[in-house]
Amino acid sequence: MGPGVTDTLLYVYAVTDADLVDAEVDGLSAVDDAPVHVIAEAAVAAVVSAVDAQRFDALALKRSLEDLQWLEGVARAHDAVVSRLASHRPVAPVRLATVFTSTENVRTLLRTRARDFTAALDRVRGRCEWAVKGFVITGHTAPATSAPAPGLSPGRSYLERRRAERDHRAQNQHEALTEAAALHDQLAQLAIASRQYPPQDRTLSGHRDEMVLNVAYLLPNGEESEFRQVVDAYQGRHLRLQLAGPWAPYSFAILEGDQ
Amino acid sequence: MSAGGLPVPGRARPPEHRQESTNLADILERVLDKGIVIAGDIRVNLLDIELLTIKIRLLVASVDKAREMGIDWWEHDPTLSSGQRDLADENRRLRERIGALEATRGDENQGRRPLEGEKNDGTRRD
Repeated sequence: MGPGVTDTLLYVYAVTDADLVDAEVDGLSAVDDAPVHVIAEAAVAAVVSAVDAQRFDALALKRSLEDLQWLEGVARAHDAVVSRLASHRPVAPVRLATVFTSTENVRTLLRTRARDFTAALDRVRGRCEWAVKGFVITGHTAPATSAPAPGLSPGRSYLERRRAERDHRAQNQHEALTEAAALHDQLAQLAIASRQYPPQDRTLSGHRDEMVLNVAYLLPNGEESEFRQVVDAYQGRHLRLQLAGPWAPYSFAILEGDQ
Repeated sequence: MSAGGLPVPGRARPPEHRQESTNLADILERVLDKGIVIAGDIRVNLLDIELLTIKIRLLVASVDKAREMGIDWWEHDPTLSSGQRDLADENRRLRERIGALEATRGDENQGRRPLEGEKNDGTRRD
């Protein structure tokens, strides 16, 4: 792991119970394809890998994070390690780009905050996160305004047509929002906890339709079938729905006092 | 708000435990905005970073930030959501443009009756 070597830093992915052993993290694809290691201390363990100090010191990081392609590589590697662990043990994911200069500093962190980390792990023990996104379905029933009323000037009939389209879209959106709220109510009753995310911006998400629902739900492991049925029941009426999971419990393994 | 060049084409890694392929936006909103916050030895404030503030924050904005941005449908009447405001704005701009067009065409503007429903709409300008 080379903690004594000055040209590497330690990137921390997640915190978990102290019974994690190196064999469990063998072969995980980490940032820069470096091997993943375990640092156990007190009742908890940190999952780390060595990263190049040239590229992960504060200045370099600040620059690199501007590079969306670089960011994507790190984010996907980060998530790959976290989700692999989360598939078989409680995990508290650490925010992206948390970097330490030595193993000893990581140990100190684990020792001093062991109780907080354990509490965060207890919140998600035996549970996982499912994500539901809803998009407004547009244009499935075009307003019947194709024939302009006789006697209107071209400008007026254009205006009338645009008005009808506007009203139709507004109505559509209203129904989608109402449906989204009803769906969320039902899903929240099945979940242990839920957290709303802001709708993703279209340019970033790559989705064409407007997102009106973006929520993470905490469910007991393997108990998503009823949840899935509710989503299916709402599918395609006014909303196009996406159910994704299981995610590592990013939205719920939080420290006391954070959000 | 410009987000030129986005989204970046994903490097197609096979999804590990999720059935659906995971898009970058979904991962970023979790790894950048969620997860436990630990002060590492290398201090980087993710929110200081220009790209994050301009582009990523659109996506991973905290709920408070979302409220400031008017994305708050879950707390208010759905008809007041930002999308509706966009439509109203678009509609107003459109009407202004049509008004200008008709004026230049010399159509009988003075005889123009309000359109149905227009009297209920406080945003009329002409």
